[in-house]
Amino acid sequence: MKKVLSLILALVMALSLVACGGGNGDGGSSDGDKVVKIGVFEPQSGDNGAGGKQEILGMQYANKETPTVEIGGETYKVELVMADNASSNDKAPTAAQTLISGGVSLVLGSYGSGVSIAAGDTFLAAGVPAIGVTCTNPQVTADCDVYFRICFLDPFQGTVLANYAKSDLKATKAYCLAKQGDDYSGGLCNYFIKAFGEDNCVYEQFPEGTSDYSTYITNAKNQGCDVFFAPVSTEAAAQIIAKADTQALGMPILAGDTWDSNVILEAAKGTDVKICVTTFYQEGANAEFDAGIKAWINSDSTALANNGGNDELAAVSVMGYDAYYVALEALKQAGSTEPSAVLSALPNVVHTGITGEIKFDSIGDAVRDSAVVKSCNTETGKWDFVTIATVG
Amino acid sequence: MNVMHTVLPYIISGISVGGQYALIAIGYTMVYGILRLINFAHGDVFMVAGLMMVYMAASLPLYIAIPLMILLTVLLGFAIERVAYKPLRTAPRMSVMISAIGVSYLLQNLALYITGGLNKNYPAIPWISDRITVLGMETTRVTVITPFLTIALVVALVLLINHTKIGMAMRAVSVDFDTAQLMGIKINSVISATFIIGTFLAAIGSMLFFTSFPGIVPTSGGMPGLKAFVAAVFGGIGSIPGAVIGAFIIGICESIIKGLDTILIVSGSITEQVGFATFSDAFTFVLLIVILVFKPTGLFGEKTTDKV
Repeated sequence: MKKVLSLILALVMALSLVACGGGNGDGGSSDGDKVVKIGVFEPQSGDNGAGGKQEILGMQYANKETPTVEIGGETYKVELVMADNASSNDKAPTAAQTLISGGVSLVLGSYGSGVSIAAGDTFLAAGVPAIGVTCTNPQVTADCDVYFRICFLDPFQGTVLANYAKSDLKATKAYCLAKQGDDYSGGLCNYFIKAFGEDNCVYEQFPEGTSDYSTYITNAKNQGCDVFFAPVSTEAAAQIIAKADTQALGMPILAGDTWDSNVILEAAKGTDVKICVTTFYQEGANAEFDAGIKAWINSDSTALANNGGNDELAAVSVMGYDAYYVALEALKQAGSTEPSAVLSALPNVVHTGITGEIKFDSIGDAVRDSAVVKSCNTETGKWDFVTIATVG
Repeated sequence: MNVMHTVLPYIISGISVGGQYALIAIGYTMVYGILRLINFAHGDVFMVAGLMMVYMAASLPLYIAIPLMILLTVLLGFAIERVAYKPLRTAPRMSVMISAIGVSYLLQNLALYITGGLNKNYPAIPWISDRITVLGMETTRVTVITPFLTIALVVALVLLINHTKIGMAMRAVSVDFDTAQLMGIKINSVISATFIIGTFLAAIGSMLFFTSFPGIVPTSGGMPGLKAFVAAVFGGIGSIPGAVIGAFIIGICESIIKGLDTILIVSGSITEQVGFATFSDAFTFVLLIVILVFKPTGLFGEKTTDKV
């Protein structure tokens, strides 16, 4: 009896696997309309899950606003194909391969540089172009001809933050904290230290799975630092803010674009921690767009949950929105849904988005020379605009 | 004096972390002591307890949410044992362990499905999350309470095991399953009681842990669970005082290693950073290997006598 039961169980499992495999085949193309697929290569779980979901929100909103595109005189319906890279460098190539096998014309993403670097080779081998939305590490595009990006880079961002710490915050000694093996925080710390002066920086790394950040706060206090630079994931950030509050850190915390998220606002609300970040967009710069996307987020319960339960707009969502239109522009210019045609059209794409004009340089990076500096208002739980920073 | 002032915060946070590891480690060690099973799902039960609290505190007042969370966690522990381990009572020990790993992944993925992989902020529990100043150091009250609460619970547990009927039954079952059964002990209820106590401690531990480290993700149970397991092995798996002492040693060492650079720089021993902080986790596991090599049964482990 038991044997029969286990045999049946095994059969059911095998069958369900087969069913899953079949389902992935070619959905969508049966309804007669011509469909062009855009891959969304984003983390929906893991350390950067929250940020990835917000970036996707921007794409989904843009897709809802403009669901079709003219390619070579024909109207195509745009379908977003999602793949979760789980914020993990070793799952990224598999997620990328899923998209390629799904027949996408080009790929958007990812949030988080590490996964983009890890998947670069997979995209390169398949010749499928990818547009990085907010991955700021230089390596993403450096050795990968198919990777483009629409945001500024870490050398720029790190320098902006170091200058801001020195001239505006009058800091003389900085504590830098990165996650071990994380390309984003490690890279950004590296550029910050270069610009700030190596002798005036204390640099430490925490291992994956750390939950006790109190010792790092103590380290910063004991070494007499006067600015705390922690461009880490939002999850670690929430913990660091909580500890900074209870241990009376007494110095401002600086971070990069990752911290421009309502997770941070929520964690910092009601505390007396001072937080400054550099980012791509300040809410209010385009009131019409803000109102539109907020109305959409509020009307869709899944979108609202993915945005962390409120309609506070993250800069990554706006970048996701712009990335979608850059993708459409590339498809229009290519006049074909073939990845190779899109790839050769991309370098010449120019698009004026919500976050400013987007065009690519010879490496495939966006030409951008300014970043928005925001600070967290711990009373209202909103971002306050500080300044637009450039590197002269 | 200056050095003491530098080192003290690390020791205090180490003791606090150690206390939290200890509460989880006891769950491991109790189940192992009786069933000879390493319950890999224990760390995940701890995470689920945290998530339950997040969801319940959103709609219920805390004085209902806390007891309800503890009750549901205990029920979860009980149910896991009944569904995943009890049917395998006569199976080889390896099968039960694989089943435990299965439960661990099941819980993690369920949590991933429910939370959508997003970080959940643990609700602030009044009084214990208040800010206080201890010996000139700013911290929360939970940091100070944790070690005392841990020790109180351990004393209660040791009394329970040594001086009550159910405790005696537990000891009997741990020595020999079949003989205990012949003596009229209901094995299943004794094992259930063990799981109930273990998960109760995990629920309390999760409350203390997530109050001081408020973010919960589906993998939150992984690292603390693993370290608590190391603590249990370090102290001699099966021994409750051993697990507690092991947990405190690991907590304090980890915390001091993270701050070693700073301590040495402030005391003037070194001028350049060495980067010890990077090795805090590696240290925990090196400790495990060293202990296993030199003292396979751990600090307070029972001596194994071969029956001839």
